[in-house]
Amino acid sequence: MTKVPDSLQPIEDPNRAIVGAATPAVMAPGHTFDTVTDKISSIVLTRRTPLWWYAGFGVAMLLTVLLLVSLTYLVFTGIGIWGNNIPVGWAFDITNFVWWIGIGHAGTLISAILLLLKQTWRTSINRFAEAMTLFAVSCAAVFPVFHTGRPWLAYWLFPYPNTMNLWPQFRSPLIWDVFAVSTYATVSLLFWFVGLIPDLATLRDRSQSPVGRVIYGMLAMGWRGSSHHWHRYETAYLLLAGLATPLVVSVHTVVSFDFAVGIVPGWHTTIFPPYFVAGAIYSGFAMVLTLAIPIRAVYSLEDFITMRHLQNMAKVMLVTGLIVAYGYTTEAFIAWYSGDKYEGFVPLNRMFGPYSRVYWALILCNVVIPQALWFKRVRTSVPTLFIISLIVNVGMWLERFVIIVLSLHRDYLPSSWGMFAPTFWDWSTLVGTIGLFLALLFLFLRFLPMISIFEMRTMLPEAKVEE
Amino acid sequence: MKRATTVYGLMAEFEDPTSLVAATQRAHDAGYRSMDAYSPFPIEELHEALGAHHTRLPLIVLIGGLCGGIGGYTLEYWSSVIAYPLNIGGKPLHSWPAFIPVTFETTILGAALACVLGMLALNGLPEPYHPVFNVPRFALASRNRFFLCIESKDPKFDVEGTRHFLETLNPREITSVED
Repeated sequence: MTKVPDSLQPIEDPNRAIVGAATPAVMAPGHTFDTVTDKISSIVLTRRTPLWWYAGFGVAMLLTVLLLVSLTYLVFTGIGIWGNNIPVGWAFDITNFVWWIGIGHAGTLISAILLLLKQTWRTSINRFAEAMTLFAVSCAAVFPVFHTGRPWLAYWLFPYPNTMNLWPQFRSPLIWDVFAVSTYATVSLLFWFVGLIPDLATLRDRSQSPVGRVIYGMLAMGWRGSSHHWHRYETAYLLLAGLATPLVVSVHTVVSFDFAVGIVPGWHTTIFPPYFVAGAIYSGFAMVLTLAIPIRAVYSLEDFITMRHLQNMAKVMLVTGLIVAYGYTTEAFIAWYSGDKYEGFVPLNRMFGPYSRVYWALILCNVVIPQALWFKRVRTSVPTLFIISLIVNVGMWLERFVIIVLSLHRDYLPSSWGMFAPTFWDWSTLVGTIGLFLALLFLFLRFLPMISIFEMRTMLPEAKVEE
Repeated sequence: MKRATTVYGLMAEFEDPTSLVAATQRAHDAGYRSMDAYSPFPIEELHEALGAHHTRLPLIVLIGGLCGGIGGYTLEYWSSVIAYPLNIGGKPLHSWPAFIPVTFETTILGAALACVLGMLALNGLPEPYHPVFNVPRFALASRNRFFLCIESKDPKFDVEGTRHFLETLNPREITSVED
C-alpha cells in the first residue's frame, strides 16, 4: 500500500470527524497554503464574474430602487402611506426592524462566541456571516429612522449640545436601543474590518490590476505579516471577541426591552430578553444557511463549507428553535397562570382571533417543521436544509408580527380595538430592504474574500510548528 | 541624482513555519535582537522565538472601556439630573438602574474602539512605506512563504557575517533589503 502524503491526510482534531468516520471534516483534504489562498482570492481577483452575478445584482438593485422610491414617497407624504394606525402604531416597520436585527446576530455569534469556545469550524463561515450582520443591521436601521416620520431629524436621538437645550430621555428603552444598535453596528464593523486586514494584504499582493493594488493596498494599511504585529493582532481579535460576546446578547435584550418595559398585554413579561436572544440566533443561523447553501454551490466552495458546517448550523437551529418554542409555551402558560384577564386574553386572541392564521403559520414554521432537523437524513440533505432555513426566516418574521401587531390591536379597552392591514408601501419597503441586503451581499462577494484566508491557513496541518 | 541606497537588513526566505521558527530561535540565540519574522498567518511560537514581550494592548482596552463607561454614565447623570431634569411619575432624577444599559453599551464601544485603534497604533499602521516591500518575493509573505529579516540597526549586524550566519539556517533564498 502506498503511503498517503501528509498534505492529503484529513485535518487534525478538533476539525476532523469526531463521532466516527460519518462526520465530515471541516475542510476537504489536500489543500495547502497556496491552494487555500488562490482558491478564495481567485473569486475576487481572477475568475470571470459569472453571468448570474450580474443577473442577481441587477435584480437586487431593482429592488433597492423600489426601496428608494418607497422611502422617497414616504418622506414627501408621511408614514400614513403605511398601514400603521391607532391602536397599531407599530406594525411592519418595527417587525422588519426586529427581524433584520435578529438576523444580524448570527454573524457576531459565529465570529465571537464560537471563537472563544474554540469552535474552529466557524472559520469558513465567519467572514460572510459578519458581512451579513453588517448588511442586516443597515437594513434594520432604515425602519426606526423612517418610522420617526421626520428622518432628517433622526440625529435628535443622539445626545449632543444643541441650541434647544434638549437632551434624550435616558430612562426610555428606545434611547437604549439607539445606543445598543449603533454600538453593535460599530463594533461589528470593527470586528469585520480587523478580520479583513491580513486578507486585504493578500489581495494587494496578488492583484494584477494597478487599481486593485492601490485600493486593497490602502485598505490593508501596510500590513506585512510581522510577528510583532500578529501578536498584537491576535490579542486585539480575542479582546474584541470578548467584548462582542456580551454585546451581542445585550442588543436583542435591549430590543426586547422596547416591548417588555411597556405595559401592553403580551409585552410586559420577563421572558422576553432570553427568548428574543434565542430567536435572534435562530433566525441568524437560518439566514446564514440560506446564504451559504447557494454560495458554496455556485462558487464550488464545498471544500471549505463542508457538510460539517451545514450540519452544525442545523443543530444550532434545532436547539435555538426549541428554546424559542419553550418561550412560546411559557408565554401562554404565564398568561393563563397570572390570572390577569388582559394577559390571559392575549394567547386566546392569537390562537383564535382575527389573525389566528398568522399565529398558526408561525407555529408551523418555527416549531413544527424544524423538528425535522432531529433526523440525520434531513440534516445531511442540502436542499431540505435550504428549504427549512427559508421557512425559519419566514417564521421568525411572523413571530415579530404576532408579538407586535397582535398585542397592539387589542389591548385593554374593546372600544379602542382595531385592525392592521399592510399597504403596498409596507410590502415594498420590506421587499426593498431585502433587495438592499442582497445588493450589498453581491458586492461583498465580488470585491472581498468571503472566507477568511489567513484563518483557513491556520487550519491546515502544515501550519503546525513541529517541535 | 541617484539616491544612495542603504541596507535595511538581510532577509531569508523559508518554506514552512517550522523552519522559520527554528531559524528565528537560532538567530535570537546568536544574539540578534533587531529582527522581525513575517508569516502569512499568526504563529505563536514565532513570537516567543523572537523573545518579544507582552503587549500593552489589554491595558489600553481597559482604559478605553473605563472611559466609555464613566463617560456614558456621567453624560446620563448630567443630562438627566443637572441639564434637563424631568419629573416623570415622581421617579428620582438619578434613576440609576435605567442608566445601566447605555453605560454598558458605551463601555463596550469605548473598549472596542481603544482595542482596534490601539492595536493599529502599537503596530504603527497605517504605514504606507516599509523597506521589506522592496523585496519582490516578499509578496509571498501573504500567501505561503515565511521570512526572517535581520535589520542593519542590530549591533551584531554585518553584511558579510550576517549573510554567512543566515546561510547556515538553510533558507530558500537570502536577499538584501534596501532602505
